[in-house]
Amino acid sequence: MKRLSLFTTCLIILVGSWVFLEFVVGGLISVPIPGSVVAMYMGLVIIAILVHISVEDSLFQEFLRPIHETLVDDRRRLRRRVIAVLIPIFLLGYTYSIIAQRANPPGSPRDAHPSPPLELTYKDEVIGTMQDVVNPFRHYEKDDPEAFKAHVENGRRVYHQNCFPCHGDHLDGQGHFAPYLQPLPANFQDPGIIPNFQESFFFWRIAKGGPGLPAAGTPWDSAMPVWEDHLTKEEIWDVILFLSDYTGYQFRTFGEAH
Amino acid sequence: MSKKRLYLILGCVLFAYVLLAVAPVFAQDVTEAEYRPFPKIGSRSAAWIAAQLHLLFGSFILGVPMFAVIIEFIGWKTKDMRYDRMAQEFIKLCMGAFSTTALLGGVLVFILIWCYPKVMSKLSGIFGPTMIFYVVLFFGETFTLYLYSYGWDRMQGRHKGWHLFLGVLLNVFGTAIMFVSNAWLSYQTSPATQYGVLSEGRRKSWIEEKLAADPSLTPEGAMEGVTSHTMVPLHNETTGEFMGTVWDAVNNFTWMPINIHRLVGNIAFGGSIVAAYAAFRFLVAKTKEDKAHYDWMGYTGNFIALCGLIPLPFLGYWLGREIYMFNNTMGINMMGSLFSWLFILQAVMIGVLFIGANYYLWAGMGRIDGAEIYARYRPYMITIIVICVAIWMTPRTLSKISTASELSAMGGANHPHLGLFGLMTAKNTAVNIIILTTFLSFLFYRRSGKVPTASWGKVGNIAISSIFFLATVSIVVIGIVGFSVPTDLRVNILTPYQVLIALAVMAVVTVVDILMYRKATTSGTIQWGEMTDRSQYVLILLAITFTSLMGLMGYARSGLREAWHIFGVMQDTSVDAFTPMLSEAVNMVAIIMVAFFALVGFIFWLGLWGEKKKQDATAAAEAAIAAEGDD
Repeated sequence: MKRLSLFTTCLIILVGSWVFLEFVVGGLISVPIPGSVVAMYMGLVIIAILVHISVEDSLFQEFLRPIHETLVDDRRRLRRRVIAVLIPIFLLGYTYSIIAQRANPPGSPRDAHPSPPLELTYKDEVIGTMQDVVNPFRHYEKDDPEAFKAHVENGRRVYHQNCFPCHGDHLDGQGHFAPYLQPLPANFQDPGIIPNFQESFFFWRIAKGGPGLPAAGTPWDSAMPVWEDHLTKEEIWDVILFLSDYTGYQFRTFGEAH
Repeated sequence: MSKKRLYLILGCVLFAYVLLAVAPVFAQDVTEAEYRPFPKIGSRSAAWIAAQLHLLFGSFILGVPMFAVIIEFIGWKTKDMRYDRMAQEFIKLCMGAFSTTALLGGVLVFILIWCYPKVMSKLSGIFGPTMIFYVVLFFGETFTLYLYSYGWDRMQGRHKGWHLFLGVLLNVFGTAIMFVSNAWLSYQTSPATQYGVLSEGRRKSWIEEKLAADPSLTPEGAMEGVTSHTMVPLHNETTGEFMGTVWDAVNNFTWMPINIHRLVGNIAFGGSIVAAYAAFRFLVAKTKEDKAHYDWMGYTGNFIALCGLIPLPFLGYWLGREIYMFNNTMGINMMGSLFSWLFILQAVMIGVLFIGANYYLWAGMGRIDGAEIYARYRPYMITIIVICVAIWMTPRTLSKISTASELSAMGGANHPHLGLFGLMTAKNTAVNIIILTTFLSFLFYRRSGKVPTASWGKVGNIAISSIFFLATVSIVVIGIVGFSVPTDLRVNILTPYQVLIALAVMAVVTVVDILMYRKATTSGTIQWGEMTDRSQYVLILLAITFTSLMGLMGYARSGLREAWHIFGVMQDTSVDAFTPMLSEAVNMVAIIMVAFFALVGFIFWLGLWGEKKKQDATAAAEAAIAAEGDD
């Protein structure tokens, strides 16, 4: 069997990577990958190819040979003509695909996570600094499991009375209101949500809702209500206990610095 | 060096000393005005440019002596004068940049005192004694550097040991200077919730505060239960006044992580600038000897940069951890909120550094006969590195770079699978694998052209391969486990374990490899000077990337304070009390980077100019003598 030229191998790797990202990962295995991320990955594939072909002079010459042949060798006249036709067709098609597609609004320019305040408050009462406040019922987990269970059950009740229409009965952000909201409600089953934040952060987000989000990193467009107007402090802490108990994820805690 | 130039350098250094020495006095005299505008570009931009340029030059002159003294030591022990000459050449570069560093430091102090008198008054009030210490250290460093540089030729032979001692002393002074100035800036970032032991000096004011807060207390009651270990807040909650000792202010949360991060970063940066200088000299070299010399110098510079680069991600991680520890809000702002996209840029740049460093090593193997056997592994190594860089670059939240329909298709701002790459456990795993792969590249480079003679060579290779395999599997498994454990456990146990595994592999494999190749026969020699021009451009790219990266991360470190001069203690009420956009920061960093290379280029050119003039004069004199002889 004839060995493929380096140029052809690189071309196959390039096209193969794109097919893998768009159709295998973005179709068979998972949901579609945003175009910007595919472009970023493809950029890396191109860099990898350039690194490989340019690290040795002999490889570089081997890579350039078919290009050179196509451009100057009379035996490759047909290939040259086909490419000369294909390039404008490709450019035309690409231009058409950009112009012809329907208007696609950009995603939200909001930050990944809102920047929390330094002090945690409930209505106008200062509870403490965001860094130091802990869930007052968390210690029951070790000290009094029965009391802890009662708080979790209360949290479950509060959640199902108030939160589940958006955040879903599996806490995965797939409540029946969710499809009509942008941004989508938080998915507490995601490993990057609960473990990255202290309970005080969640208290702040629940208590202040969308209107309490900071000025920086806007627009937030959050539909989250201001729950401190409807829930007591204890109910908010109980819901937070329920979130970690149900998902199995633990909120972020800090050991001693230094 | 001409006398004129020497006087110019001394003049610049003295000017900077005077500025530093009078800094506190100036600050005390101008406390009336809070801020004064800097013409045209504004105070923040002026301070930003001066500080960043000073830091870049400072990093270079602190980094270079560290490896110069090691190279000199190697030359002394191996009696190979090539090492000695290279170390001397490094120090000559350092000498050129030294006065500019001092001058820029002076300019920075001037700008700060003029534009931010109240801030400087506050800082000099707290850190006054350390500023005096800084000046003393600066004198020590200057004179040690001059003795070290000018005494190089005179102290050859039996005085070499003393000369090396001077080199070590120079590094001690340089490191101490950096530690002192790091205390000032790290205090600005992480002072507010700091606690310290209730000192004797503080006791009286502390009792007064307690009594004012609760009039029913007696002085004795206020002191009840207080021991010599009682921890109290270091700042007055109302006025923000600092009430601890100087050491309390110095030993803040981020001080030591910044010290160590910068110390190692200086080595990497110094190495990369030296390598870029060598690359430039290589590209313009006319003789084979020059090409060979600068090829070797570039290789050494890149090797040093790599040695510094490998532990840097770990040290940066430690700094990040301490920032989270100090203030969770600041941590979230850094990694998940305001500055999170900056860390994607950081990943891109570190990706460039690792890909570039590996590229240079692989290209270097082309000049070693017998290195061909390792070329077949290269495509796999490129693939591993690129996949790991892709993981490191993948953002957690894609809302800013996706269209509305893409977000709907994903079911939210996070991709259900690729979104996992956005979490730290995936990124830490990726960086450890990159580091191990880079180490493997270096191992192949080291082995190229050598054949081991040890009888257990085969067993040694199997052992090394097994170590690499097991380590990689362990790092990946720990990374996967990291998704499902509490963050505290991941940050404090799992991630350090990953790092320790990577470091242990490097240590153990290096020892085994040295033993295996101790009496190796040579199958091919290194053809110094036989490098492609492309590889030299990569060295220049690495230096540019290091410089830009330092600038960007400086923006993050400083910007994390948001609208505070001293976080949580002294608010920024100037017109610049907002965080500049990332695009603005990138533009500023680019301008500073260009200015830095223009200045460095000019300084190096000056050195070459003087050298060429001297060489021309010597050549002319030799020609004249030869002509006389002919007559």
